[in-house]
Amino acid sequence: MSRLLEIEDLSVTFGGLHALNNLNFHVDEGEIVSVIGPNGAGKTTFFNLISGMVNPSAGDIRFKGDSIVGFDPNQVTALGIARTFQNVRLFANMTILENVMVSQHCRTKQGLFGALFQTPGFKKEEVEIREHAEKVLGFFGSRLVGYRLEQPASVLSYANRRRLEIARAMATKPELILLDEPVAGMNPKESAELTGLIGRLRSEWGFTVVMIEHDMNVVRDVSDRVVCLDHGEPIAAGSFEEVSTNPEVVEAYLGRPIEKSRETDGAAT
Amino acid sequence: MWEILTAATRSKTGKGKTNVDRFLTLLRVLLIGLLVIGFLAFIAQQINPQNAFAQRVNPDATGLTAAQFKGLLVTGLSQGAMYGLIALGYSMVYGVLGFINFAHGEVFMLGAFSGFITSSKLFEAGAWEANFILSLLLVVLISIIVSTGAAVIMERVAYRPLRGSPRLIPLITSIGVSFFIQNAVILLFGPGAKGYPRLPEWLTEKRSILTFEIEGTKILVLIVAAVSMASLWWFVERTKTGKAMRAVAEDKEIASLMGINVNRTIVTTFAVGGAMAGVAGILWGILFRSVIATSGFLPGIKAFTAAVIGGIGNLGGAMAGGISLGTAESLLPLMILEPLGVNGVSQLRDAIAFLLLILVLLIKPTGLFGEKLSGDDRA
Amino acid sequence: MTAATQPNEYVADEPTILPGKAPLDQDWADVAKWGAIGASTMIFVVLSGMLTGLDSRLVIERVFSLGYLAVVWVPLTLGFLVAREEVLEGMASHAKGANEVVSGGIVGALSGAGLSLLILLMDSFDLRDPLVNWSDKTLGLLQFSEDSFFGIVMWAVIGLLLGAIGAGLHLLTPDMRRLVKIMVVTVLFVSVFETFLTDLFKGFGLVFITDFLYAARGGLTIISTIVLAIVAGLVAFFGKGRVKQAQTRINAGAVEGGGRTKANIAMFVIGGLLLVILPIFTGKITNELLANVGIFLLLALGLNIVVGLAGILDLGYVAFFAAGSYTTAILTSPNSPGWSPELPWWVALIVTIGVAALAGLLIGAPVIRMRGDYLAIVTLGFGEIIRLLFLSDWLSPWFGGAQGITNIPPADFGFFEVKGTDPRSVFYLVLALSAIAIYVSWRLERSRMGRAWMAIREDESVAEAMGINTVNVKLMAFVVGAVLASFAGAVFSAKVGSVFPSSFLILVSIIILVVVIVGGMGNIPGVIVGAVVLIGVLGGPKQPGLLQEFSEYKLLIYGALLIFMMLTKPEGLVPNARRTRELHQDEFLQDAWLRKQVDEDEEASEAELGDGPTAGAPA
Repeated sequence: MSRLLEIEDLSVTFGGLHALNNLNFHVDEGEIVSVIGPNGAGKTTFFNLISGMVNPSAGDIRFKGDSIVGFDPNQVTALGIARTFQNVRLFANMTILENVMVSQHCRTKQGLFGALFQTPGFKKEEVEIREHAEKVLGFFGSRLVGYRLEQPASVLSYANRRRLEIARAMATKPELILLDEPVAGMNPKESAELTGLIGRLRSEWGFTVVMIEHDMNVVRDVSDRVVCLDHGEPIAAGSFEEVSTNPEVVEAYLGRPIEKSRETDGAAT
Repeated sequence: MWEILTAATRSKTGKGKTNVDRFLTLLRVLLIGLLVIGFLAFIAQQINPQNAFAQRVNPDATGLTAAQFKGLLVTGLSQGAMYGLIALGYSMVYGVLGFINFAHGEVFMLGAFSGFITSSKLFEAGAWEANFILSLLLVVLISIIVSTGAAVIMERVAYRPLRGSPRLIPLITSIGVSFFIQNAVILLFGPGAKGYPRLPEWLTEKRSILTFEIEGTKILVLIVAAVSMASLWWFVERTKTGKAMRAVAEDKEIASLMGINVNRTIVTTFAVGGAMAGVAGILWGILFRSVIATSGFLPGIKAFTAAVIGGIGNLGGAMAGGISLGTAESLLPLMILEPLGVNGVSQLRDAIAFLLLILVLLIKPTGLFGEKLSGDDRA
Repeated sequence: MTAATQPNEYVADEPTILPGKAPLDQDWADVAKWGAIGASTMIFVVLSGMLTGLDSRLVIERVFSLGYLAVVWVPLTLGFLVAREEVLEGMASHAKGANEVVSGGIVGALSGAGLSLLILLMDSFDLRDPLVNWSDKTLGLLQFSEDSFFGIVMWAVIGLLLGAIGAGLHLLTPDMRRLVKIMVVTVLFVSVFETFLTDLFKGFGLVFITDFLYAARGGLTIISTIVLAIVAGLVAFFGKGRVKQAQTRINAGAVEGGGRTKANIAMFVIGGLLLVILPIFTGKITNELLANVGIFLLLALGLNIVVGLAGILDLGYVAFFAAGSYTTAILTSPNSPGWSPELPWWVALIVTIGVAALAGLLIGAPVIRMRGDYLAIVTLGFGEIIRLLFLSDWLSPWFGGAQGITNIPPADFGFFEVKGTDPRSVFYLVLALSAIAIYVSWRLERSRMGRAWMAIREDESVAEAMGINTVNVKLMAFVVGAVLASFAGAVFSAKVGSVFPSSFLILVSIIILVVVIVGGMGNIPGVIVGAVVLIGVLGGPKQPGLLQEFSEYKLLIYGALLIFMMLTKPEGLVPNARRTRELHQDEFLQDAWLRKQVDEDEEASEAELGDGPTAGAPA
């Protein structure tokens, strides 16, 4: 297995606050890695750094061996890293189909000319975009397809919005997919189903997955490795069993029931 | 053509720099380069108009005498102080509500207009000449009342119902308000220019202060602006209402949880901004002695520029931005443009303000003195 | 609650209706507030000169002029508004009755009393100095040429009656109300469009109709008013069922998918044919009007791409219009001061497109990364700078300064010459260009680029994270908008025959923005309706519309319309379904919740729904 993502001594400060401090981290191709940690540990900041939405104050991020520090988010996505957002951010007034079609932007290339003259290339690409979109949506069963395709994303339930966000990220044809609390706000039945789907993201689609999650059942069921962050620093890494029994991790979570902290992660965003 | 641009950005060379970024860098370099060359040429021709460098850049170079320079500086300062007073309104409203009240220029114009009406009525009654100071105070008072009223009504009718809607919606509405007020004034009072009555001689005559020959009116303008600014500072920093305003600017929700009446605070913000604009309106009347319905547009835009230059949401910055803009506007055409060989520079005075705005936003979008905004407005 | 049988269908409960309130059980503060608003509005209308200025335009011969209409709509509307009751779904409403009529009447009377007060004041004070309309003429019209006492009493009475009538409209059944509305609108329409209709009927040789309708000095005759109202009423009464049928048919087609598109295409073809044939029969005035509408339609379609699709508020749009006009002028006119290649118009057009695209890139690049509201002001600045540069002595060796560039030749296509003296030819040219612009907008909206624009409008940072190069895509919107504006500029040059900096005031940008917003942002039919209604009826910045008498007041009306639309109907007259959702997101979510459209199979749905609005609102 080759290194897909390597992170070296990554730090970022927001006006004196060390949101992340000397973080070293790596993901191998085909892995599913979970990032856990109490609220405000810097997990979402970590994702923002990888996806190019925040620039690090020090350190390096390498994707497939090349540094991606200083790239715009769209360039990072074009290189093959897609993400979802903790507080679901869909294009609420575009249809479900359009949401997934638009995220194939960086994989397609037809410009104004094709659209204006309806060139065969343009038509072919539109068909491909649509087919790929339907294929991605079909991954989640019947709930995002059929009559749903033409509905605006704003009518979806919370759980379906989360699913659509994952679909949108999948449609960018990434190699690495970053899921920010994919099961937050779902009931146990839905969480279990989505856990299965995350496993299939690797087996069927070949994605490497990095996931921030508070639901320890999900983390246990699906991750190869778990990394625990606290105050912007990694305090433990290894298999789920190792990390979950690590006294430092227990201390970091102490007095804070895991079930509760899933709902808000305010300080980190 | 387009695909070439996008293709270039996808290659990893240049570390995420796009062509637009490169173009912007070029633009920054170009603009600053022009400024520097112009300024150097100016200095060269000040030393010796026959100097080869100055001759090459502009053969008709004349240079400025010290008296001209001082005169322009004072004119710039006094106009800048006026811009600063208007800029306060933009800055405060942006700080609290996060939108540009485009119609603030009209609030200023209404102040100048009501000043004209009161002063000409007082002139007819003879009070203007008999007791100038008292009349001026009355004029200022009425203009403050009118401007404050206009700002408050504006907030109530046009902006309050839109609170919480996408941020461009109130901006578009304020454009409508500006358009409406301008044309309402044209219809009510006629489209012609209205002249302020003559000022007493002891005020207009030139005085010599520190080798500067300054017209009394400009001294008056500077004094009034300083007093207004000081009282505003006192109001915002020292009173309870001012504290509430700062709290609301920081975070409306939390402020309301702390028992602050957010609606009333927002109205106060508009009112205070309106009052400052009213004072500025009278200053305009004193400086230019003429007002028309469209008088509010350009000063309004320039004041917004001043607010951005100073860092929006930052009150001291707004005043400083106003003064720097006013000075730049009065000096730069002769110090930069003319040495560069541009003729008829006085026509381009207004363009200078816009160019400065673009320059500041290109180089330091948060303004010279830093923005003071709540987190969600910074997006 | 009635159970929903299908996910898409919701059967509302029969609303509970409570008995009406007692006549004097009023919310007096509310009534006083509306009365004060009415009084100040009426005083403002009179003092702004609409009563006197519009008095010469008669609506109904000898009885009713546009001037009075500008005043009397106030109590009528306010009466209607004050009697309105917001009924929330599932809430009980009161039966309408004497209570509403009384409140409407009082509000109307208070409004009218405003004018009574004005008469009293005008009688006793002379404020002619600042107020230009404080004149004997105004007073005379206010008093109906009688004495002041008569005027004072009359206005209170008129207000009372109209307010009561306005409120009384609520007592009618919805069908009746519709009937009344259609009758009134028809009469007003026929009267207001007098010049247009006369022109049209003359072209078709149907002069006898206009002779019957209109009096010699303008305005409808009393008899024709009555006849018109009756005809309109009858048509409305018998035609009602059919319209509904057609609507259901079209809606049914929409469900199936293809039917609606076909219907739309058919409509477009029929409309297009009409537009080609109609100008042959109409006279010069109408054609001139149509040509102006066309030029502004082109501009509005371009701005619609920038504002409506990509969500960039560009207030300096006039800069591209100016760039197009000046480029065409320089390239075609023999009088061009700097360089005059005297190219034929269509060659110049090709160059113009290139220049406009370049201008779009150059103006767009520095501003594109700024946040939305800064961008608006900076583009406004650019619009003004460009005008100042055209005006300046510095560049006058190329652009002619304030004298502009004159003597621009007509656009010659060999078989067809487009010149300002023949507005019909101009109209055909803009029609062709508008068709292109509509096609471009339509195709782009349904393309990769269009989707990217919409995504940026929705949430720019997420769009960027989804791999969209927002800078390039937004610049593209700027460029497309600029090119469409340059079309309008090229036509404008050929039509007017000269260009001056004063034709390109910021005002033009704002008027185009109003057209787009009033019509419906992001919606092509909306923009067309906006251009026809606003530019056609009220007129452009310098071009007169159908209501030439309104030219003095049109800018005021544009401003008021902008405020009104933003406050009440930000999605425009012909809303785009998408845009409507965006602007009323909270309501829609609530509706969706009420109608149980949200998944019932998902247990988690209800609690988290509150997170919805923030998810989609542009940051």
